[in-house]
Amino acid sequence: MTWKQIFTSSVGKKFVMALTGVSLIAFLVVHVGINACIWANDDGAMFNRAAHFMGSTVVIRIMEVGLFAGILLHIVQGIMIEMENRSKRSIGYQIPLGNRGSKWYSRSMGLLGTLILLFLIMHIYHFWTPSRLGGIGNIHELGMTTIDGKEYDNLFGEMIKVFQSPVVVLLYVLACISLAYHLLHGFASAFRTLGLHNQRYYTIVKSIGNIFSVIVPIAFAMMPISIYLGWIK
Amino acid sequence: MEHYSMNLTLKVWRQKNTSDKGRFETFHVKGISSEMSFLEMFDVLNEQLIEEGKEPIAFDHDCREGICGMCSMYINGRPHGPWHGTTTCQLHMRAFKDGDTIVVEPWRANAFPVIKDLIVDRHAFDHIIQAGGFVSVNTGNAVDGNALPIEREKADQSFAAAACIGCGACVAACKNSSAMLFLSAKVSHLALLPQGAPEKKTRVLNMIAQMDKEGFGSCTNTGACEAVCPKEISLESIARLNKEYLGAAFTSDKV
Repeated sequence: MTWKQIFTSSVGKKFVMALTGVSLIAFLVVHVGINACIWANDDGAMFNRAAHFMGSTVVIRIMEVGLFAGILLHIVQGIMIEMENRSKRSIGYQIPLGNRGSKWYSRSMGLLGTLILLFLIMHIYHFWTPSRLGGIGNIHELGMTTIDGKEYDNLFGEMIKVFQSPVVVLLYVLACISLAYHLLHGFASAFRTLGLHNQRYYTIVKSIGNIFSVIVPIAFAMMPISIYLGWIK
Repeated sequence: MEHYSMNLTLKVWRQKNTSDKGRFETFHVKGISSEMSFLEMFDVLNEQLIEEGKEPIAFDHDCREGICGMCSMYINGRPHGPWHGTTTCQLHMRAFKDGDTIVVEPWRANAFPVIKDLIVDRHAFDHIIQAGGFVSVNTGNAVDGNALPIEREKADQSFAAAACIGCGACVAACKNSSAMLFLSAKVSHLALLPQGAPEKKTRVLNMIAQMDKEGFGSCTNTGACEAVCPKEISLESIARLNKEYLGAAFTSDKV
């Protein structure tokens, strides 16, 4: 069994999806944790410091490259698997099995993933581009803010600015709903693909997955909402 | 439950051969007993068609007691019909009411091409078994039951997996036309027992390679297969298959 044979087999392809999926879940934990600093209600001081730490630490910048590679792999492999699987049944059924056999979101991972991808493009444009590439060409730069006599990029200010638009807030909330359903299937499914067959462990993982898929997207969705409604000062 | 008789409308897929395009045809059957099996109802319909000088509907069947896995019918949008854990031959007409319309389709998967009407070619499953779904040492006579100690739980799990009759309902139900539930039952059945241990690695690698070659999709753990399996093979066995496969693949000696 060569490496090529492993990663072109159906199980190998799913292994890549599961592994990248689990690392993206780990990323979500970091992302939601750092963003939650906005609720410190200190005019973004804690959040801006945390963002500065993430942006200026070499190890994290290297991990950022890994993150982009992981996302890209997850997207490309996901699209390839979806297309391939769709090609395996040329003539469909008159009456589909539908929800009698599986959950709608389990069957719609490709669609939910695509919605998340569309969101990601907008999200990167909103925050990643100005904070990492600001000043290059005509990409606008983040403003500056002074915390305890030190200058920081004002990413918090950027958030306040972006989330004044109700359309943007709505799009972010919709993306969080897509993410919730994507995780509701993906979290536990990834562990199945990695070989978790013990019923007791699986029940634990499934429960953690369910809680995670509800709490994390709600936390994310509450950020634009609380900024829009002026709950954060 | 009380016996009753019913008149039914059947919409059945008709297809002359593999290259024919096929279409649905509507039939009416009268006086069907609620005690009949679904296949017996088809027998009545076919008698009727023969008397009318028409071509009877071709469908697969053999044992008619739920253990051979031949009767492959997709009834009202569900493999083997509305009952849980039941093959088509064990589905009884009391599952339906007088005046019902029943839509019967063949398994749909490119790996299972339609041969005629409701009969599909399931040789792909045979090829997967031939790739490694067996123990290749001569085991001689049956040994004494207790000569080879096997943990009770493992024996039970292995037996539950061995119940797979290879009917193909899992493939028919899967949105990806994946044969993973079938394959995982075969792999679990042998991997859990000491007799299957020596060929554990080559078995799973060869069988997955064959499955991919036969044109089945990959598993996305939706659970549709588990829901329709007449032998109630659990999704857990697919996770075991993944573990067996990844373990075997990553410890392979080849570079």
